[in-house]
Amino acid sequence: MSQLSLSVDIAGLRLRNPTMNAAGVLGISASLLKRVYEGGAGAVVTKSLGPAPRSGHFNPTMVIVEGGVLNAMGLPNPGAEYFVSAIKALRAEGVPVVASFFGASIEDFRDVAELLSEAGADALEVNVSCPNVQEELGMLGADCLNTEKVTAAVKEVSKPPVFVKLSPNVTDIAEIAKAAEMGGADAITAVNTLKGMAIDADFKRPILTNVTGGLSGPALKSVALRCVWDIVQAVDLPVVGCGGVANWRDAVEFMLAGASAVEVGTAIRERGFGVYKEITTGIEGYLEANGFGSIKDIVGLAQEAA
Amino acid sequence: MMRAAVITRVLRMAPDMVTLYFEDEECSKASPGQYAMIWIPGGEEIPMSLSTINPGGESSLTVRDVGEATKTLCDMKEGDKVGVRGPFGRGYTVSGDSPLLVAGGTGVASLAPLAEAFVERGVKPTFILGAKTESDLAFRDRLENLLGDSVVLATDDGSCGFEGFSSQCAVKLMDEGSPDIIYTCGPELMMVSVFDEAESRGIPVQASLERYIKCAHGLCGSCAIGPYRVCMDGPVFDSEKLREVREDFGSRKMDPTGKIVGVDH
Repeated sequence: MSQLSLSVDIAGLRLRNPTMNAAGVLGISASLLKRVYEGGAGAVVTKSLGPAPRSGHFNPTMVIVEGGVLNAMGLPNPGAEYFVSAIKALRAEGVPVVASFFGASIEDFRDVAELLSEAGADALEVNVSCPNVQEELGMLGADCLNTEKVTAAVKEVSKPPVFVKLSPNVTDIAEIAKAAEMGGADAITAVNTLKGMAIDADFKRPILTNVTGGLSGPALKSVALRCVWDIVQAVDLPVVGCGGVANWRDAVEFMLAGASAVEVGTAIRERGFGVYKEITTGIEGYLEANGFGSIKDIVGLAQEAA
Repeated sequence: MMRAAVITRVLRMAPDMVTLYFEDEECSKASPGQYAMIWIPGGEEIPMSLSTINPGGESSLTVRDVGEATKTLCDMKEGDKVGVRGPFGRGYTVSGDSPLLVAGGTGVASLAPLAEAFVERGVKPTFILGAKTESDLAFRDRLENLLGDSVVLATDDGSCGFEGFSSQCAVKLMDEGSPDIIYTCGPELMMVSVFDEAESRGIPVQASLERYIKCAHGLCGSCAIGPYRVCMDGPVFDSEKLREVREDFGSRKMDPTGKIVGVDH
């Protein structure tokens, strides 16, 4: 019997296994990201980095809701330039780094992409989909034209593969994915959080300082799975699944829908840093039990059955 | 889930410090050293140590007026409501036969319930209650009723008890007494000094650290110290972990943007 392989290749980004942390989760410190890698992730994803330092929103920025977590951190980050040394330090220790980033304009996106590309990031993830900064920054990923323009501008200056992370808060995510493909995206990450809110009955007011927030966790899973499904049918690009993945079964389901890898964030709250190892081991068991030799054998398998 | 808690009584501790009592089932089951996220409706939400933990009864927060949110809390009256999440984090591990508790300023908030937990187990700890000046010594009666002359008072200005910092008083007791474990909470520069002195004498330490806590669920990373999250891996760290983060402990922390800045108190 041949050796099982858990390694994956996402548009040229070769990883030891198909798990990463989701952007925004823990990625503000190199030491925490190293712990994510030691917890078993195939690569780590930074906090979304912008052109200048941001403190983000004031607390409350997170509240537990039915089936998940609602957050409106507001993109706190020390600025892309400041984080370059952290990216270099991680890479020097052999940790593959996906640099997530954002901007308020197409020029911002291009400038930050250039900086992170030169810093040596192994891949770039374009965050055109944060639901919590719309008033300040807008959400360029809400329409096709802007998505294509941002992607094209980023691609022009980037050496490593470019993932475009999409929002589920759109009418037709497949159309946005096609626009990213037109702009030259190397892969799609799907999805960012789903816009929601929480109101406290006793205080009779919204809980989050930002009023609305992004929903993540188990409640997001079926939405994210459908988004991956639609995107896989619409474009000819690898997809990274994100949204409610908490265990190996969730991960396998995303792969059957067509995802080549998964990002895991909210599950760390309950499962800890070992969640990556748990998921990878579980996928390995699944491949073995079902007679598959590698991850790519199951990617999109459910599409053939539908 | 966020819960609303009614303030049942307010105890003024010092000119700029109050203790707010409230009833909340989950907080009443907390361990000493754990904290809750306290939301002022319409304002900010901040982490606060639980200064009273009374199974089945009332809990409390002890607040010093140091900013907008704490000022609002200090002005609260009986009947006002706050939002509560938690309790969160890892508290103290109760161990040792001859513990020394070293509190500086509002650090007493987290250590007073620990002293009560020790007494419940039949161990009477030595408690250094330190503050800038005599009128800032919080929970003095509560601790003296509990521990009698095992409470050692210390003031920076010498207005009461030992003249000097709690950490200096702790060094004296490390040498005169024979503590087998030290617990500390207060200004970080005080705690790091206690830790270093204890290290050189081979005495284990548990220290309650403070960083910028946002989510309190171990997800956002804003409270990182080395590879740890103060909100979930802490706030209480033992000697082994303190050694690991010694470069940052007492020296460096992240500001709200994630930039590294100095620790100045």
